[in-house]
Amino acid sequence: MDRFSWSNGLLEINETLVIQQRGVRLYDGDDKAKLNVGAALLSTHRLIWRDANNHDCCMAMPLSQIIFFEEQAAGIGKSAKIVIHLHPSPANKEPGPYQNSKYSFIKLSFKEHGQIEFYRRLSEEMTQKRWENTAVSQPIPTGTGPQAGRTRAVGIVGIERKIEEKRKETDKNISEAFEDLSKLMVKAKEMVELSRSIANKIKDKQGDITEDETIRFKSYLLSMGIANPVTRETHGSGTHYHMQLAKQLGGMLQAPLEERGGMMALTEVYCLVNRARGLELLSPEDLLNACKMFESLKLPLRLRVFDSGVMVVQLQSHSEEEMIASALDNVTEKGSLTAEEFAKLLGLSVLLSKERLLLAEKMGHLCRDDSVEGLRFYPNCF
Amino acid sequence: MHRRGVGAGAIAKKKLAEAKYKERGTVLAEDQIVQMSKQLETFKSNLEEFASKHKQEIRKNPQFRVQFQEMCATIGVDPLASGKGFWSEMLGVGDFYYELGVQIIEVCLALKHRNGGLITLDELHQRVLKGRGKYAQDVSQDDLVRAIKKLKVMGSGFGMIPVGGSYLVQSVPAELNMDHTVVLQLAEKKGYVTVSEIRGSLKWERERACHVLDHLLKEGLAWLDSQAGAEAQYWLPALFAELTSRDVTPEEANQMTP
Repeated sequence: MDRFSWSNGLLEINETLVIQQRGVRLYDGDDKAKLNVGAALLSTHRLIWRDANNHDCCMAMPLSQIIFFEEQAAGIGKSAKIVIHLHPSPANKEPGPYQNSKYSFIKLSFKEHGQIEFYRRLSEEMTQKRWENTAVSQPIPTGTGPQAGRTRAVGIVGIERKIEEKRKETDKNISEAFEDLSKLMVKAKEMVELSRSIANKIKDKQGDITEDETIRFKSYLLSMGIANPVTRETHGSGTHYHMQLAKQLGGMLQAPLEERGGMMALTEVYCLVNRARGLELLSPEDLLNACKMFESLKLPLRLRVFDSGVMVVQLQSHSEEEMIASALDNVTEKGSLTAEEFAKLLGLSVLLSKERLLLAEKMGHLCRDDSVEGLRFYPNCF
Repeated sequence: MHRRGVGAGAIAKKKLAEAKYKERGTVLAEDQIVQMSKQLETFKSNLEEFASKHKQEIRKNPQFRVQFQEMCATIGVDPLASGKGFWSEMLGVGDFYYELGVQIIEVCLALKHRNGGLITLDELHQRVLKGRGKYAQDVSQDDLVRAIKKLKVMGSGFGMIPVGGSYLVQSVPAELNMDHTVVLQLAEKKGYVTVSEIRGSLKWERERACHVLDHLLKEGLAWLDSQAGAEAQYWLPALFAELTSRDVTPEEANQMTP
């Protein structure tokens, strides 16, 4: 921690901010630094840290001080960390929070995550070494000198050995995983080819496949994550699974839909349903395929796609004329309305209130005033 | 003379052969479905074995996740297509990405009033991390991109616009054509753009530049600063976070911007 110098945290000309992450605590070697939690900022030239509550407490270190760095995985009750090994400070280093330290490494502890991206960007900057290209007014020490050189050599050999060992071990783990993954993929590919052959035969009507078998085939495709190439559909693009889902949704969405005026955007439904499930979540495609089956299963819900591409689920009992009539009433009462104002009035999302106004306009009941200030609707007097 | 393959007889024979093949084809297709069912069982147990050894790898190692996704894409398999798929059930990849989808939707919705439905991938990443809390698993930007790609099927207007080496994530079905995109890219450096800058860099006529800027204003993606001095500046709130640190005071932020 004695490699840091006090700083005002402002970037120099030619220095660019690469990434910042809040919730970072500094460690002097293995000991927690006598500092609070703050934000770590990585620039093209320096590593900067600033106290979250006290912005005057800000320090920086040139990236050239870094020998190498590695990740330390999170543990129980411990955040993930990046361990950074450093060159000794140059003689002309500006004063910082620590006069001296017995450690030649620091740690950044990521209490609010973000270590993956920070590590990646730090790797990029250390590879590109952009600070060497663009001069910056602060002197960048390179840490040379016979004294420093000697101690450095000893420290570095040990560190380099550690890197080599770790890399071998990681390589071994990863290669085994990749090997197994590749073998798995070969088998999966066979399944894909088989399914294509079957699909072709179905298309060419070579094979009197029963409806039951078609459904079975579709469920196999679903399990493998293979896109359904068969265009002849009997139950939409769904399978038994989707039929079940559709029925579940039919029950589950009645109340929320009624609360929201009979209509909900598909993304709203996605969030609602998945938050309720907690586990074994639905994929967006699962939801879409289930909703497509509402009509054929005679459930009181419908999937509807607006001209804009927005998809909603609406109650079948939902009357279009009523909706448009009430929209006209609201607009007439207020003289004019924007989508945002209408949304606030009805307690709807802005997206859906806009669709409602557009629909009323399409039917000729409303007129638009389209300006830079936004889209405003008036009753159609023409 | 025994010349085979010529004449009416040969044609009739050929038709008979075709009919037989067709019949054979019938059997083959049904056979194949049975075959597929058997192979599926085998594959499932292979996947289970793989999962027992390497499930953690997928959960913890984002590079491995990327490799996995890319290999699947190469062979024509989408491991995220369904929560009911093998990949999702056994490797647990599904829940990870679907939950991420929910979190992305919520962040975009919460900020829409401010940035009109456009947000940088960096800011989205930061906010999603914050929302996930201390004990949740870390997510990389690649993870976000894959989750967003899945969200597209729901017609919510989700899309990604490349700017300055990263992306802007769009979460509203506002129509942004190439003209709009290129102006966004121009504005990325400073967070704002002026008509002169557009004319200078892109060599457009004034009318075309104004048309694009007006559209961005209307969609709530840009704010107009008419007091900026020589010329009006069109600011993009989506790009604000690039310039100012959340921990920085407004005065410091002014100093940081060149």
